[in-house]
Amino acid sequence: MLKLTNVTKTFARGTVNEKTALAGIDLHLEKGDFVTVLGSNGAGKSTLFGAIAGTFLPDTGSVILDGRDITRLPDYKRSKHIGRLFQDPLKGTAPGMTIEENLALAYMRASAHTSPFSMISKADRAEFRDRLATLGLGLENRMDQPVGLLSGGQRQALTLLMATLVTPQLLLLDEHTAALDPATAEKVLQLTKTIVSTHGITCLMITHNIPSALSLGNRTIMMNAGKIVLELSGKTRKEMTAEDLLQAFHDQSAISDRMLFSAGC
Amino acid sequence: MISTAVILSALELGCIYALVALALFLSFRILNIADMTTDGSFTLGCAVSATIAVAGHPILALPVAMAAGATAGFVTAALQTRFRIPSILAGIITNTGLYTVNLAVMGFSSNVNMLKTPTLFSLLKPTLGAGFKLIPAALISILAGLLLAAFLKTRLGLSIRATGDNPDMVRASSINTAFTVTVGLCIANAMTALSGAVLAQYQKTADINMGTGMVIIGLASLIIGETILPKGKTLVKILGAILGSIVYRFIIAIALRLDLPSECLKLISAVIVALAIGLPALKAARKGEN
Repeated sequence: MLKLTNVTKTFARGTVNEKTALAGIDLHLEKGDFVTVLGSNGAGKSTLFGAIAGTFLPDTGSVILDGRDITRLPDYKRSKHIGRLFQDPLKGTAPGMTIEENLALAYMRASAHTSPFSMISKADRAEFRDRLATLGLGLENRMDQPVGLLSGGQRQALTLLMATLVTPQLLLLDEHTAALDPATAEKVLQLTKTIVSTHGITCLMITHNIPSALSLGNRTIMMNAGKIVLELSGKTRKEMTAEDLLQAFHDQSAISDRMLFSAGC
Repeated sequence: MISTAVILSALELGCIYALVALALFLSFRILNIADMTTDGSFTLGCAVSATIAVAGHPILALPVAMAAGATAGFVTAALQTRFRIPSILAGIITNTGLYTVNLAVMGFSSNVNMLKTPTLFSLLKPTLGAGFKLIPAALISILAGLLLAAFLKTRLGLSIRATGDNPDMVRASSINTAFTVTVGLCIANAMTALSGAVLAQYQKTADINMGTGMVIIGLASLIIGETILPKGKTLVKILGAILGSIVYRFIIAIALRLDLPSECLKLISAVIVALAIGLPALKAARKGEN
């Protein structure tokens, strides 16, 4: 489904600010995999997403999605098949456009067979209403309102719906609940779970919440200093407790700290 | 004090200039780009229209003028998206270059006279009678407004709106912003040029300075329309732009009746635009103090 082979990326090469963000990533996702991604700040998690989504071109390596080499494909072409959510709930929706227009945009850009001049039909509108109702936020009765009037949690839930309205080949969730209050975050997380499992979406999710990293999905990876340092799946993952994983997380961070300090001396 | 003839000509001019307000609605309000190409592409529309009308094709002149305007918009968009020149500067560069182009179109003369040339209006006079100027002018602006409203509901139209509304979102969506900006500026400048093309035939003359200050006049009309009509859907905003343009022409007609020298009008327009765009910031600052 998704195959990354030896992907590397160094920013500001040859300057004092040189930073190796990805140091040879090999990652293989099967169809329907839901992988949670852990790692301290600067471990390269978001850079990994950037490489997959095409925000920048990797220095080496290849990215293959569903048998197609997308390593050099521009980001706007990839996003037809890759849904992406950011931490900032304001990033995923157009505030001056209505809920319906936002959904129409998401729907028409991802559908394979629409012309640039196609418009949404009554049937599409009914479909939007049904899908909005599944969020359980009452947004189906506010389709004519501009998205700018919604709360952060509502906007993030809407972004999630927009990203999955036409089932994407891959869904990238970059700490998409981190900016929400705990109750809303839980709600959005539950919605994520439901939507991902209903449509069998292949998904990568960055989180800092260790218990949910273990409870959500079927695989967990941990990153440090631009590398995948731990992979959990199946039985080992089931037997792993949050405490053990937290310990592993600390050990990895400590290693990188020691490296940092020794390099400084 | 104000005669029927004055009212009629204000309505006619309002409808013709409404196309510029619609163009700026697309570039300034929707794409969030202050398109400085406007002045030049308006004159380009005048020049192309006059030259082709003199050659004997007053109707053909209109689509050709639109194509010329779209080309000007394309140049500005290319400077902005391919060469990463800031949008305002990109417009000014195109506008400066257009001065020479416009002169060239008019055969390196600063004006073209159409006094004895058949125009769109003179062709329609036998069939339409007294409304031979107002009816085509109103039809063109209303048709342009309806087409624009319909276009903004299409996939491409929604993409253009999103480009101006949330660049962050657009970068993460399958929207090529270089493409949406280009399409938006081409359409906007095609409408501006159409406005110039119709005006040249209406006034039976084209002049190299006809477009000077057009961007400010268009913005003033747009803002007047936004003030008159309540906030609402796209169609309401589009009608507002047309209405605003007509009101602007009435304001000018009244100002001229009051013996205000016509040289003052540009200053008044500038003040209206500066105040209208600056007002929200002023209000916010006052609220902050209280």
